[in-house]
Amino acid sequence: MYVYDEHDRQIAAERVAQFRDQTERALAGELSEDEFLPLRLQNGLYVQRLAPMLRICVPYGMLRSEQLRRLARVTRDYDKGYAHFTTRQNVQLNWPALEDVPDILAELAEVEMHANQTSGNCIRNTTTDQFSGVQVDEIVDPRPYCEIIRQWSTFHPEFAFLPRKFKVAVNASEKTDRAAIQVHDIGLQMVRNDQGELGFRVHVGGGLGRTPMVGPVIRDFLPELDLLTYLEAVLRVYNRYGRRDNKFKARIKILVKALTPKGFAEKVEAEWAHIKDSPTRLTREAIERIQGYFTEPAYDALENATELLASQRFDNRQFDQWLSHNVDSHKKPGYAIVTLTMKKTGTPPGDVSDTQLEQIAELADQYSFGEVRVTHQQNVVLADVRQDQLFELWQRIEPMGFATANLNTLTDVICCPGGDYCALANAKSIPVAESIQRRFDDKDFLYDLGDIDLNISGCMNACGHHHVGNIGVLGVDKKGEEFYQVSLGGSSHHDATIGKILGPSFAQEDMPDVIAKIIDVYVDNRKEEEPFLETYRRIGIEPFKERVYA
Amino acid sequence: MPEVITKDGSIKQDSWVVVPRPEDGESLNIPEQPALIPADLWLAGKEHFEGRDDIGVWFDSHDEPEILEGVVNELPLIAVNFPKFADGRGYSIARLLRERFGYQHELRAIGDVLLDQLQFMKRCGFDSYALREDKDASKAARALNFFSQGYQAATDTDVPLFRRRAS
Ligand code: HEM
Ligand code: SF4
Repeated sequence: MYVYDEHDRQIAAERVAQFRDQTERALAGELSEDEFLPLRLQNGLYVQRLAPMLRICVPYGMLRSEQLRRLARVTRDYDKGYAHFTTRQNVQLNWPALEDVPDILAELAEVEMHANQTSGNCIRNTTTDQFSGVQVDEIVDPRPYCEIIRQWSTFHPEFAFLPRKFKVAVNASEKTDRAAIQVHDIGLQMVRNDQGELGFRVHVGGGLGRTPMVGPVIRDFLPELDLLTYLEAVLRVYNRYGRRDNKFKARIKILVKALTPKGFAEKVEAEWAHIKDSPTRLTREAIERIQGYFTEPAYDALENATELLASQRFDNRQFDQWLSHNVDSHKKPGYAIVTLTMKKTGTPPGDVSDTQLEQIAELADQYSFGEVRVTHQQNVVLADVRQDQLFELWQRIEPMGFATANLNTLTDVICCPGGDYCALANAKSIPVAESIQRRFDDKDFLYDLGDIDLNISGCMNACGHHHVGNIGVLGVDKKGEEFYQVSLGGSSHHDATIGKILGPSFAQEDMPDVIAKIIDVYVDNRKEEEPFLETYRRIGIEPFKERVYA
Repeated sequence: MPEVITKDGSIKQDSWVVVPRPEDGESLNIPEQPALIPADLWLAGKEHFEGRDDIGVWFDSHDEPEILEGVVNELPLIAVNFPKFADGRGYSIARLLRERFGYQHELRAIGDVLLDQLQFMKRCGFDSYALREDKDASKAARALNFFSQGYQAATDTDVPLFRRRAS
């Protein structure tokens, strides 16, 4: 994992001092509310329904145990003792006091953490696959490239006041896309060309929110050394020509659509031709230097613990279920990837207490070289667990509430904070998630259904990614009452698709029934092992409509 | 424009005025003092201004600096307007003027120029800043130097941090 050198440390310290200065000027009335707004947003500070909200950056989801412990301490000392993992792999505090924020940032800076550019109209945290570096199917570890992008985008002097926020995601697996790159402003898919050279396929103009779009490809192959100059060209075209007259039309997706992907690509290429060979062009040495931080941990030379696991599974059905669902295969023999699920029924998805943060830190130290990754599904990954320690680990996390064996199933809901916390909400989202989780509490039935993404947002800002859920739920306001619109067929993977709206919306108490009917149609129509999405694609939306609105 | 901030944070007095774009049907009214006129109008009447060191131009944030390619250095001063501080187009305009068109003389930020933009402006090639009047100019020196270095190459340095680390 990346570790700051003296340059990063100096920049981080100067940032803390700068924000302290800005906060003091704001509190002294030297900055108007309007003027302070973008400054605090660029530091992750929203002012919300109940209190300010501080979004802390977790670059591409990686955290060390000391950072988790510090987060625990900060939530205890300055907040109500819990934090929230977000769908962009960050961590959010819901109740800090404005005047404490500079001190919180100073505490975070001591463990190389910050809240830079986690909000506001600038380049946000770059996200990636939570299994990077440990999965079997991977072209190359994408994290060094994310770190390179992080450094380039941090306080970029030209791009601090873009028309709108800007998100980049990188994926390096050919088969899966856990980073949802096609619904990002820029999605970078790592590829090798025919000559075996490494590079990126560049998608631009994806995004959710009010106008959901899958990002078209604007370049099939970008050699890796050209990464930053090309990003700079895309951002410059966007900064100059993106709409600024209407906030709802200001994302890059609107510009790409207006110019057509081809027209947009031509503008980028023309700009890039000027700066391609500028000093911003990466060097092999610079990439290798960053790659040096992402070397393998000191793995033991092990064999796969196949027999041991088989007998443990045989003896314990719950362990068996957990192993099948929450544990993934690892590139090293004898190791496994464990996902700690933060989706226990009754707790808001993604919420963690200070004690839980400390428990996770402890688990990381004991079982996974002191590191964890936050996932965009709001779970936490221990990436390097010895197979012969899985049973012991499972026994420890079961009472902590991290072993709900529902990863990727219907009840592994992605859910935004919604009306309980968020000033923009049309409707509550957490109670809907909970009522569905309660309705589908039969594990065997759940497993039989296979992987289904259920995503819930409390309004069209789409923090809960409802458009790309196989089943999406969106809170809407109907004459002051909370209703829910359902969409089907969305996907955030390589086959990225925006879901189709089923029809008129439903009252909250009807939601579990509605979902149950949708599931019934699937069960009645599926062929053998066919997943929900494939059945939907084969039979279309009509049979679902007929059943639900019968 | 009585006071402007310079790159080192000091305050200088000067008498450049910004001449607004004339309304349709009106003609450009150039005052008896150093004046900044809309860039396209200068270009259109360039021969009249030949050799004058008291005529400069200004761009608005939606203007295209490309129109002055090849002639930028005939101007003693170019200003770029920030109609609102949240409008970041001026940063790209500045970099293009400096890095692409090789502009050598003074480049000034005008309009909604606040303290917290100054260091970004400096990095993008502005060397004078008409700080909005209600802001405290004595704090400019600090705001220009919140950071002692940046990660990227920009107009102020063509060596990004990854190249400095290598050496
Ligand atoms: C409680 C306070 C929150 C507020 C006020 C808020 C507000 C917003 C707004 C206004 C947008 C839309 C921006 C746009 O379309 O340009 C947005 C997008 C988004 N938010 Fe939130 N949000 C909140 C919490 C969260 C949380 C807790 C998460 C994670 C679970 C989250 C994840 C996202 C994501 C992923 C998007 C991007 C959707 C896209 O690609 O357009 N937000 N948020
Ligand atoms: S989707 Fe809407 S309700 Fe949910 S957190 Fe985002 S802005 Fe709030």
